Amino acid sequence: MQPKYLISIGDFCVNHNIDISFISSLQQTGLIEITTIENSGFIDGEQLRELEKYVRFYYELDINMEGIETVTYLLQKINSLQHEIATLNNRLRLYESE
Amino acid sequence: MNFVDYYKILGIDKSASPKDVKNAYRKLARKYHPDLNPNNADAKTNFQQINEANEVLSDPEKRKKYDQYGKDWQHAEEFEKQKQQQSQSSGSGSRGGFSGGQSAGDFSDFFESMFGGSRSGGGRQAKYRGEDYSTEIHLELIDAYKTHKQTLTVNGKNIRITIPAGVENGQTIKIPGHGGPGTNGGPNGDLYISFSVANHPNMKRLENNLYATVELDLYTAVLGGEITIHTLDGKVKLNVKPETQNGTKVNLKGKGFPVYKNEGKFGDLQVTYSVKVPTNLTARQKELFEELRNSK
Repeated sequence: MQPKYLISIGDFCVNHNIDISFISSLQQTGLIEITTIENSGFIDGEQLRELEKYVRFYYELDINMEGIETVTYLLQKINSLQHEIATLNNRLRLYESE
Repeated sequence: MNFVDYYKILGIDKSASPKDVKNAYRKLARKYHPDLNPNNADAKTNFQQINEANEVLSDPEKRKKYDQYGKDWQHAEEFEKQKQQQSQSSGSGSRGGFSGGQSAGDFSDFFESMFGGSRSGGGRQAKYRGEDYSTEIHLELIDAYKTHKQTLTVNGKNIRITIPAGVENGQTIKIPGHGGPGTNGGPNGDLYISFSVANHPNMKRLENNLYATVELDLYTAVLGGEITIHTLDGKVKLNVKPETQNGTKVNLKGKGFPVYKNEGKFGDLQVTYSVKVPTNLTARQKELFEELRNSK
């Protein structure tokens, strides 16, 4: 198992010039998970890509927290449908003549 | 290089206020932002266009220059030189465009020519991760059967990747950090590789199972016997039961496709017998078939 790569929330907020309360709101809605070590908050490096996406939604596209939740849910649905299309396409190939 | 109508791109007219520009931009950005349109190349192109339009129209200096020269933008530099000794106005520096993985290099030739490719500053000086790259690899079914290494050239760099056995048609894998470089010290983007796996001429695949149709001569179908078939793993001998019907299916456990990232595990191979009726019979053979028919 690979060791976890943790990113300090404080550093992330400074680098992205965002309010720490935004990260707390994401945690409260269950969109990200925060690991606390010695009273400091960290996020798993695996979540960085998603977190940066939420930052763009909120600060650049003016989408509020409820909107981010909805958009995330719909994007997951799109992703699962795209996967289903790929699977069905593969199944279809079974019946297609060469 | 063609003139780009930024007003048309944002769907506003020339008299639009800065607020109108901002609203039009935000509305379109929400529609076409790459984060909201995964795997959609058209949306990405549209987003780049509206980002560029906003870059110009939200900046009073750039908008003025754009409005002034419009379609004569190619002569803008000459006009500008003549005005060099006039007052030097300082740029107000509107907020930069949305990120979404876009870099200055994503602007059109028209933009680069007129504004020199520099983006206005201001706003959050965030570290942005680089653009994600995506590419497609075409494989034959036999290539996807075994784990192998392949060298790709992405943006002039050679990357040697390991393609695990069992990769599926349409599957995408991520190679972290091999995308575009980040801006303001941000991390590199990722490289996404989609696989297009062709069907084998004699074999079809569904998930980890393989399906093949094998021709069986009439005599072996009737009397039974041994045949040899070719699988992706080599030759396999099969015992054919007497009186095997056309369309009979035989399942060969573990002779299918390897399970992705599950070494040593394989799907099944399903063989369907297609009984071939002999043609060009000799007179004697016909006679024997007649005898058979009459013996019923």
